[in-house]
Amino acid sequence: MTTQFQEIIAKNQSRLSTRRKFTNAFMLSVTGLLTVLALIPLFWIIGYVFYKGGSYLNVSFFTQLPRPLGVEGGGVLHAIEGTIILSLLASIFAIPPGVMAAFYASRYPNTPIGITLRFSTDVLSGVPSIVIGLFVYVIMVKPMGHYSGLAGGVAMGILMLPTIIRTTEEMLKLVPGALREGSLALGAAEWKTSLSVIFPAALNGIMTGFLLAIARAAGETAPLLFTALGNERYDVGSIIRNGIAQKQSIFMILGRIVDQPVDSLPLTLWKYAQQPYPERIQQSWTVALVLLIVILTINILTRLWVEARRRSLQG
Amino acid sequence: METKIETQTNSNPVASDPAKKLEVKDVSVFYGKFRALTGINIDAYTTQITAIIGPSGCGKSTLLRSFNHMIDLTPKAHVEGQILFDGIDINTKQVDVVDVRRRIGMVFQRPNPFPKSIYDNVAYGPRLYGIRGKNDLDLLVEKSIRQAALWDEVKDKLDQSGLSLSGGQQQRLCIARALAVQPEVILMDEPASALDPISTLRIEELMQELKKNYTIIIVTHNMQQAARVSDYTAMMMLDKEGSRSGTIVEFAETKKIFTNPKDKRTEDYVTGRFG
Repeated sequence: MTTQFQEIIAKNQSRLSTRRKFTNAFMLSVTGLLTVLALIPLFWIIGYVFYKGGSYLNVSFFTQLPRPLGVEGGGVLHAIEGTIILSLLASIFAIPPGVMAAFYASRYPNTPIGITLRFSTDVLSGVPSIVIGLFVYVIMVKPMGHYSGLAGGVAMGILMLPTIIRTTEEMLKLVPGALREGSLALGAAEWKTSLSVIFPAALNGIMTGFLLAIARAAGETAPLLFTALGNERYDVGSIIRNGIAQKQSIFMILGRIVDQPVDSLPLTLWKYAQQPYPERIQQSWTVALVLLIVILTINILTRLWVEARRRSLQG
Repeated sequence: METKIETQTNSNPVASDPAKKLEVKDVSVFYGKFRALTGINIDAYTTQITAIIGPSGCGKSTLLRSFNHMIDLTPKAHVEGQILFDGIDINTKQVDVVDVRRRIGMVFQRPNPFPKSIYDNVAYGPRLYGIRGKNDLDLLVEKSIRQAALWDEVKDKLDQSGLSLSGGQQQRLCIARALAVQPEVILMDEPASALDPISTLRIEELMQELKKNYTIIIVTHNMQQAARVSDYTAMMMLDKEGSRSGTIVEFAETKKIFTNPKDKRTEDYVTGRFG
């Protein structure tokens, strides 16, 4: 019996081996080719934005406010500051509740609240960002009577919330249950275990999730149209300087920073690109480039931090 | 912390042999409606090593986890019968779970150091109980790591991650972490099953050292290990007829279990005829 099969196997082996090698080489080239194809849009976009926007890029573009049409120079400092302020506000609004909710969902996934939470997160992540903007317009801008960075931050925060809950929950679930048991077996309370053992163990992945959420929200225009509106004279530096000169309290100054319309890079890009003046269109390319640079910088810094932390934990 | 259960001893006079640190009386454990353990009766004697042996899936770990309320973490699990710790039933409402877990430490099958520095791993427990002073902590961390026979290997790198250690060192770090909260009993759930033979030997030597001060209960797959390290052995097995739940076949001095077992099933198991 065995010898009979041995013969068949030996006979087929050389033929099959050729076919296997061919299939292997073919599939490898197909996957390689498609990988390159998938990378083309990415590098095309980045390359094109650098090509179109690079010529206008200089230091004053990062450090100065816009100048009127026809006046040389000027920059988009207002939009860079606005983007940072909006991202900070959105993080403050979205990260604490998002992380708390994720802890609950990962710890009690099959309770009614856990199931509801997961379902609503899915629904919320499917809501168009313009609708979120409209919602915040109704609940904040209308009652307050004016557009503000605060409302923009809330809109961006709502946009970030599902991403933060989902990624944090996934990362918390990846923490081995043995760590939790190890802490509880020492007599630690559940909250203490979550805070001192599980959260630090999952922090690298959670940070990456924050980053993705912030980068996505920072590039959004739609939720800001009804909320932050835009403000070409927005200048955090002068608000702080004036505040100090007038001896205002820190809360007063912070209030003035967030209580007025705020611009952001994608908003500026959108506005400039619509204008009929070649100068503004040229600037809108440069704004796109600055937006790319800002997001890439956040990305790279966070990844460096995550990598350094991973190394120190692995020893 | 020390006095908590002590005071209850006075108000609740249960006659018990002082040499018995842990008395397990007619304990059954249920997962929902499923009866995982039936009629368990064993004792753990002070400063002795008690081994729990038996085939896979017979409920050894379930039994061990019912000694320090870790079983509570499993949804729908509940324990019937009495588990007396220094004469006090740990499953009564008056007994504080945290207090039980502090006084009955646990070492797990796979080393599970926290992703923190070696120092912080050991200091984690003491900090929970309010030991904050740097001098106190330094002293306690060193003492615990020494007790776990790990000091010479890590004394120069206490600030490095606990995960940078080898498997055997990680397990001793986990032992040091358990010792740091000043337990009286140490439960070990197959502490060497994920380790190589040399690391296993070191853990076994360490157990001999620790038993001078602690009561140890060890669950093990490895009969030779039970024979080498333990003073008492409980042989567990699934009740094949009827309930299909784990039960104690025989509990006696280790010598007796391995040389002169009373039960046929114990004999078959320890001589390697099955299992």
